[in-house]
Amino acid sequence: MPPALELRGIHKTFGSVTALAGVDFTLEAGEVHALLGENGAGKTTLMRIAFGLLRPEAGRIVIEGEQAALRDPGDARRLGLGMVHQHFTSIPAFTVAENVMLAGGWRCSLAEAVARTRRLGESSGFAVDPAPRVGDLSAGVKQRLEVLKALAADARILLLDEPTSVLSPPDGEELLRQLRQLKARGVSSVLITHKLREALAIADRVTVLRHGRVAFSGPVAGQTAESLATHMLGEPAVPVTIRQPVPADARGEVVVRLEAVTVSRLDAGGSGLTDATLRLGAGELVGLAAVEGNGQRELFRVIAGLAVPMRGAVHAQGPVSFIPEDRTAEALLEEFSLTENLVLSQRGTAPWVRGPWVRWGEAGARTTELIAAFGVRAPGAGATAGSLSGGNQQRMLIAGALERRPRVLLAENPTRGLDLKAAAEVMRRLSDAARDGVGVLVHLPDLDELLGLVDRVIVLYGGRVLEVAPGTGREEIGRLMLEGRRP
Amino acid sequence: MTARAGARRWALRLAPVAAVAVGIAVLALALLVAGYDPGLALGALWRGAFGSTDAVLSALLPRAIPLITIGLGIGLAFRAGALNIGAEGQFYAGAVAATWIGLLLGGWPRLVAVPVVLAAALAAGLAWASLPILLRLRFGVLEVISTLLLNFVAEALVSWMVQGPLQESRHVYPQSDPLPLAARLPALPGTRLHLGLALALGAAVLLWVFFRYSLPGFQFRATGSNPVAARVMGGVNTRRVFALALGASGGFAGLAGGFEVSGTSFALFQSLSPGYGFTAIAVALLARLDPLATVASGLLFAALEAGSSAMQREAQVPAVVVWVAEAVIIIAVLLSDTWRRRRAHAVVEA
Repeated sequence: MPPALELRGIHKTFGSVTALAGVDFTLEAGEVHALLGENGAGKTTLMRIAFGLLRPEAGRIVIEGEQAALRDPGDARRLGLGMVHQHFTSIPAFTVAENVMLAGGWRCSLAEAVARTRRLGESSGFAVDPAPRVGDLSAGVKQRLEVLKALAADARILLLDEPTSVLSPPDGEELLRQLRQLKARGVSSVLITHKLREALAIADRVTVLRHGRVAFSGPVAGQTAESLATHMLGEPAVPVTIRQPVPADARGEVVVRLEAVTVSRLDAGGSGLTDATLRLGAGELVGLAAVEGNGQRELFRVIAGLAVPMRGAVHAQGPVSFIPEDRTAEALLEEFSLTENLVLSQRGTAPWVRGPWVRWGEAGARTTELIAAFGVRAPGAGATAGSLSGGNQQRMLIAGALERRPRVLLAENPTRGLDLKAAAEVMRRLSDAARDGVGVLVHLPDLDELLGLVDRVIVLYGGRVLEVAPGTGREEIGRLMLEGRRP
Repeated sequence: MTARAGARRWALRLAPVAAVAVGIAVLALALLVAGYDPGLALGALWRGAFGSTDAVLSALLPRAIPLITIGLGIGLAFRAGALNIGAEGQFYAGAVAATWIGLLLGGWPRLVAVPVVLAAALAAGLAWASLPILLRLRFGVLEVISTLLLNFVAEALVSWMVQGPLQESRHVYPQSDPLPLAARLPALPGTRLHLGLALALGAAVLLWVFFRYSLPGFQFRATGSNPVAARVMGGVNTRRVFALALGASGGFAGLAGGFEVSGTSFALFQSLSPGYGFTAIAVALLARLDPLATVASGLLFAALEAGSSAMQREAQVPAVVVWVAEAVIIIAVLLSDTWRRRRAHAVVEA
């Protein structure tokens, strides 16, 4: 049996940057193949080439033994490829069945589409209720729908671009488990990821990209998290988690106090917040463990003053700095300079604001200092925020958040989309801030990363705060996240 | 890197100039294809706008005043993310208010009457924009639609006014009585150029300073660029910014209506505006919403319109063909923006 997908000698450059320098990649029929690499290593670029979204300068694409000339994704689909993108590509106002029908190019009645969607879901293990509108679904179900859509178009080769990055750990694990079951249907998949544990858990083989070249390719058997991390980073791996326990006497006054706070949900699928009571001390680094949609969005925003509680009292000592989860949507003015973004984040209290006037020269000078202090790779303070990589954007946001000399720092999934090094640096900045007396509340979707970082964990389940006693094990915390407290 | 960034910045500045060149070239081509003599026609166009002191002072500049004034307001709104398509209606609301108040102030000293007339016009434009503000903030109705539709209501209002409450004393013509001298803007003797120009230029400079150096101005720009980030990171009250920007934009358009009645027409009638409220959107876009550039782009569009009547007179070319040039200029500017975004995007992807 020929390999499902072969890429030979793929070259791709963007302007002066070489993204891929002669990459060979083979996806055997019926396997799950993990494609690992740091951000910018070329994983997504390689798969976009395989799917006809980008054209390589050199190289061959062979699909099921036949050389393919892909002009666009339509060609790739006709040859049996399907891609699940990092972001959802369904139409929120349409029902599940309508979206599947559209993706599969089905020419049939709506009633028949509903029946076919149900049948396809049951036979593939990616069952999704055909009736609801996609906009009302949770992230986990939306992601299952993305896979179902690819299967509806008769995809035999699935390319999945970090499909678990928007999912909670249990939803992600569930998705990966189902992915393995697709092998029985003769579907081969490529799983793009930078999570080592995912690759080790479900892949048959693994290819590691580093700086646009193949650093390793072979069976997963025999590999460990350490060996893969070494392939990815090309040097002894920095530890993923850093723990700097704060001595109890360093904990000072309470900087955030919530008394029975109830907040209505901010988006569909969420649970809102119910009777939340919690305290955050100065110098404390508290982790918020929760599956997506259990009230963490509302909790962060009510402390930051961005959501109004329906009931209860919120006391937070200012300044409160908030780093929202979605950098480009909620935190950055992408078309504006780094200086302008810094000025925005300081909210008019900075030394360079005099009355109603902004002294741009002083603000720019301070931005230049922060770029150096935080190791931001940017051509200068005048560079637009949108031109920076995710890691550098995050460095700038943290610089701005700390520049306010906050009493409270709220970090909502601050390592999202960052490579290992950048993520480790973000976590170090958070624990440094706590050591300097800032009360830090952080949510990371990865429970292991969270436990490695924080002094204390609270769990949010169904919008309710569950305090976790010191010394509680990972399994117990995971159970609380999934099932709540047993009555 | 800096050299390339510098080059890109220059390309950005020159794009509107290139767009104008393309627009005029296409106009010449269209004239040629339609069987006219492009040299003769464009010559007449030039003379109609710049050919004599009289052309500049009485044809070009008086037309530029409403275009610049409205264009400044539209630029202000667009920069804050409020898409005001209703300047035409706000202009008429200002014109009605200026006429109404102006007719009542016959015996007043000019120094008092003129400011009162202009203030009434400004307030009326703001009031006309306040309904879309309310609809958006209270019920989520998009301002693009509500402001656009209110244009038609305003035109109907004017039509009713000049045949009803504000019709001239003999009740023959559908227009108002002429404004008393006290309510008329001072003009340069022997020309149609009135004080509105100085006020518009002053407003342009103030707006430029506002956007460039003031914190509220920055907050307006931030809101226009990413309202969620402005609120989450900057603590900006984006609803208030929206209301202020759209309201002020309506005020500018209303003020332009006041300028027109008390500085140029001295009376209210239907079709007082040859579409100033719509052309001004083009003026603001060509200027990339920059207040100082709005002055230049307002002058350019005024020149096209002033020259077009001369072109019709001298070369028998229908005046409406300058719309071809106007349309091509705007399309070219928008294309250059798209092109720039796509290039910026390519850089990010790398």
